[in-house]
Amino acid sequence: MSPTQIVLSLAYIVSAVLFILCLRGLSSPDGARRGLFLGEIGMLLAVVATLLHKDVVRYEWILAGLVLGSGIGIAISAWIPMTKMPERIAFSHAFGGLATALVGVAEYLREADQLSSFKVGALGFETFLGFLTFTGSIMAYGKLQGVITGAPVTWKGQNFMNIGLFFGSLAAIGVVVYDRSLSHVFFGIAGTGLALGVMAVLPIGGADMPVVISLLNSYAGLAACATGFALNSQILIISGALDGSSGILLSLLMSKAMNRSFANVLFGAFGTVSDPAAGAAASQAGKSYNEATVEDAAAVLMASQSVIFIPGYGMAVSQAQHAVRDLAASLERRGVDVKYAIHPVAGRMPGHMNVLLAEANVDYDKLFDLDNINDDFARTDAVIVVGANDVVNPAAKKDPSSPIYGMPVFNVEQSRSVIVLKRSMNPGFSGVENELFFQPNTMMVLGDAKKTLLALIGALKEGH
Amino acid sequence: MGTEWVFNLYVFVLATFVGYQVISRVPPLLHTPLMSGTNAISGISLVASLLAAGSHHFISQVLGFVAVTCATINVVGGFLITDRMLRMFRRKPDAPAPKPGTGKGAAS
Repeated sequence: MSPTQIVLSLAYIVSAVLFILCLRGLSSPDGARRGLFLGEIGMLLAVVATLLHKDVVRYEWILAGLVLGSGIGIAISAWIPMTKMPERIAFSHAFGGLATALVGVAEYLREADQLSSFKVGALGFETFLGFLTFTGSIMAYGKLQGVITGAPVTWKGQNFMNIGLFFGSLAAIGVVVYDRSLSHVFFGIAGTGLALGVMAVLPIGGADMPVVISLLNSYAGLAACATGFALNSQILIISGALDGSSGILLSLLMSKAMNRSFANVLFGAFGTVSDPAAGAAASQAGKSYNEATVEDAAAVLMASQSVIFIPGYGMAVSQAQHAVRDLAASLERRGVDVKYAIHPVAGRMPGHMNVLLAEANVDYDKLFDLDNINDDFARTDAVIVVGANDVVNPAAKKDPSSPIYGMPVFNVEQSRSVIVLKRSMNPGFSGVENELFFQPNTMMVLGDAKKTLLALIGALKEGH
Repeated sequence: MGTEWVFNLYVFVLATFVGYQVISRVPPLLHTPLMSGTNAISGISLVASLLAAGSHHFISQVLGFVAVTCATINVVGGFLITDRMLRMFRRKPDAPAPKPGTGKGAAS
C-alpha cells in the first residue's frame, strides 16, 4: 500500500464510524441532530478522500455533477412540504438506484476486458438492483402522487411472470460471469431490472406503500453493497449494509403492524377493488350511521375531560395537522387531557404522522404508540379520528373473514364517544367495510377534515 | 486478489449486524428521519460515481456525471431535509398548559 492509499483507508474508517454514530444518534430526539452532523462530516471526509484517489484524473465532470446535484438537492429540501415526504423519499430512492446502476454500467464498459469473474458478477447484481430500485421507486412515486392508480393492478400469471423475470436476471448474471465479453447479456440484466421494478410495484396497493418504500430503501442499500464488492471498497459495503438493514428492519416492522407476511404484501395484491368492495357497499346500504353536525361534535367535546386524536392518511391529504394542533390547544385551554395515538402504518411511510404533528409543533411527549395507549381508550371520553380507517376497524379483532383480520388496531370502540372526520362514506383504499362507523356511539362528521376542524375550533369558542 | 471477497464478506456481515443493533433502537417517532437519514448515507455511492466521472474513459465520464448528480442530490438533500425534520422534533420547553395529566409518566 502506498502512503496515499493508507491515508485514504484511514479516512474511510473514520467515515464509517461517523455514519454508525449518526444512526446511533437517532435513538432519541435529543441527540439526533448532533448525530446527523457527525454523519455529514463523515460524508464530507469520504468525498474529499476519494478526490485524492489515483484513479481520479479529471475534475470537470465531477465538479459539474457536484454543483448541479447540490443545487437540485438544496432546492428540493427547501421547498418540499412535509406532507409530501413519502413522495420525496420515493424520489430519492430512484436517484440512488439510478446512480449505482450507472456506476455499474460505467465500470463494466471501462474495464470489460480485464475484469475478474467475481467482479463481473458483483457489477451485474449492482446494475440489476440499481435499475430495479430506480423504476420501482418511480412507480411508488407515481402511486403516491396519484399519477398511477393507487389500486393494485393485477392480471393472470402476474406473479409467475415476475418470478420468471427475477430468475431470468439471475441466470443472465450467471452467463456474464461465465463469459464477461457478452455485453448484450449484461445490458439485458439492466433491462430486466428496469422491467421488474415496474412489474413488482404495480400489483401493490396504496395502503401498503410503507412496506414498499422501506423495501426499496433496503434495495438501494444492497445495490451500494454490490458496488462495494465490485470496487473492493469497504466504506461502500459498510454504508450499504447500514442502509440495507435499516430498510429490511422497517419493512418487517410495517408488515408485522399489519399482521401480514412479507410475501403477502409483495404478491398478495391486497385491497383488490372487486368482490369485497361491492359486498361492503351492499351491506352498508342496510345499516344506518349517525351523521352529525359540527355543533353536535362540539357539544360532545365540551362535555369531555379526556380526548385522544387518531390521525391517518386523510390528515396528510387535507393538510390538517395544524388544525388538529389548534383544536387540541383550545381543548387543553379548557383543561382537557389531550393525547395522540399513532399507528405504525398510519400514512404512507414509517413515521409519517409523527413528522406531520411535529411540524405542527405538537410536543412529542403526547404522541403514543399502539401498545402505550390501547388500554387508555376505555377511560377516554372522546376519540377524534382524523382521516384514519383500517387502524380503527374493530373487524380486525372480531371478524376472521375480514381481509385485515389479525392486524393490531386501536380499541377505539371502548371510549365513550367517537367522532370520525371523513370525506365521505365510501370505503377507503382497501375497500374494507368499517363497522365502527355504524356504532351507536360513533358520530360521522363528513367533509374536508381541515374545514371541519376549523369549524369545531370556532364552535368551541362560541360555546364558552 | 482471490481472497478479497472473503474479507469483504466479513465486513458486510459485521456491518449488517451493527446496523441491525443500532437501528432497532430507533423509536417509531423517528422512523421517517431514519429513512431520509439512511438515504443520505446511501448517497455514499457518490464515492463510486466520482471514480467513474473522474476516469479517462469518455462514456464512463458521462454516466459518472449523471451518477454524481443523482448521488449528490441524495447526499445534500437527504442531510438537509433530515435536519429540517429533526429540528421540529425538539421538545418544546414553552409548551402551553402546565399539563398535570399528560406526558408519558402520568399515562401509564
